[in-house]
Amino acid sequence: MTLEYKPITKLSDLPEENLFTSGHRLCAGCGPAIVARLTLLATQEKPIVVNATGCLEVGSTLYPYSSWKVPWVHVTFENAAAVASGIVEALNKLASEGKTKEAPVIAIGGDGGTFDIGIQAISGALERGHKFLYICYDNEAYQNTGIQRSGATPFGAATTTSPAGRVIPGKQERKKDLIGIVLGHHIPYAATATIAYYRDYINKVRKALSYNGPTFIHVLAPCTLGWRYDPSKTVEISRLAVETKFFPIYEVENGSLKINFRVPKPKPVEEYLKTQGRFAHLFKPENRHLIEEIQKNVDENWARLERIEKAGPIF
Amino acid sequence: MSFNKSWKEMEIGAVVKGGSGLLYKTGNWRSEKPIIDYTKCINCLICWALCPDSAILRKGNKVEVNYDYCKGCGICANECPTKAINMEKEEV
Repeated sequence: MTLEYKPITKLSDLPEENLFTSGHRLCAGCGPAIVARLTLLATQEKPIVVNATGCLEVGSTLYPYSSWKVPWVHVTFENAAAVASGIVEALNKLASEGKTKEAPVIAIGGDGGTFDIGIQAISGALERGHKFLYICYDNEAYQNTGIQRSGATPFGAATTTSPAGRVIPGKQERKKDLIGIVLGHHIPYAATATIAYYRDYINKVRKALSYNGPTFIHVLAPCTLGWRYDPSKTVEISRLAVETKFFPIYEVENGSLKINFRVPKPKPVEEYLKTQGRFAHLFKPENRHLIEEIQKNVDENWARLERIEKAGPIF
Repeated sequence: MSFNKSWKEMEIGAVVKGGSGLLYKTGNWRSEKPIIDYTKCINCLICWALCPDSAILRKGNKVEVNYDYCKGCGICANECPTKAINMEKEEV
């Protein structure tokens, strides 16, 4: 179903009722838990949630408990988007026969379930054009199985399968451009967001649900365990990621890119890297040149986004 | 479970009641507890929006901590714009 876009200006505009309840077994200071909470606060109608395997699913639904007060289904790592497509079409059919009312459908997957394992089902669902919102909460590795690297892990980060040591200084490959991939499907709305800019994220969820077609939000959700920082810093670190231009937040509406937060005085990327244990090895004298390389990549990516923004609609 | 059943006779999977997570209290994970100083609180609701454990309760624009579920991560204290929340050591 298509909802009217009603942006919020202040937090008191949100409903008091909390559809993502306490009692889940996610870590203290968990970023993805904040994503789940803000998502359910943002939706104006009770959504149907399809959750791929990942931290959020494992931590919030230990049998026989569930923290979701909405219809929720767990599916395997790879097929959240496929199951969401089926639910959308089944709802359309039942609603046309007057047997049920319509509801927004949201698929949620982690970066493993989105960047790597689920990408095929997502590509299919976006291409077929089902009306649903896919949210990727990105904590930049397979955190719940013990911090294995994924296609979303940034260059230089140490994980258990890209450990920093004598052989390699952390992951040697760059992060995938996920929004670039989903835009290849000409979808009407795609955006990046992070939890520190909660109002921006909430409005993006509302805007995405107002489109009559597949929409996509990529939200950065720091992980206290895998990124190795104090749990109280989750939101602060996600803010730093934006302030250093490490994770730009932007949206692409009908092919037109708009950078949502322009960062008047960007901080050097070092400020972000030094807050996290997974980058600690980069500060050794022999690895300092990697920080310069990361800074270069960050600047290039920002310049690329500005070029696209200036050039006008890409499709 | 019998292996002689066909797929049509199988149960449809595990179904649990929504929100039953509330039956499991996570307050004993905590080593530090947040204390709100209401003389400094400006009811901005930022702590309520950002608590990963939904352990900040909101009544209108007033907030209070639900210690049954608070895991003591300290995000509320870190993000409070007026520093109205302090983390204090949990006494056993």
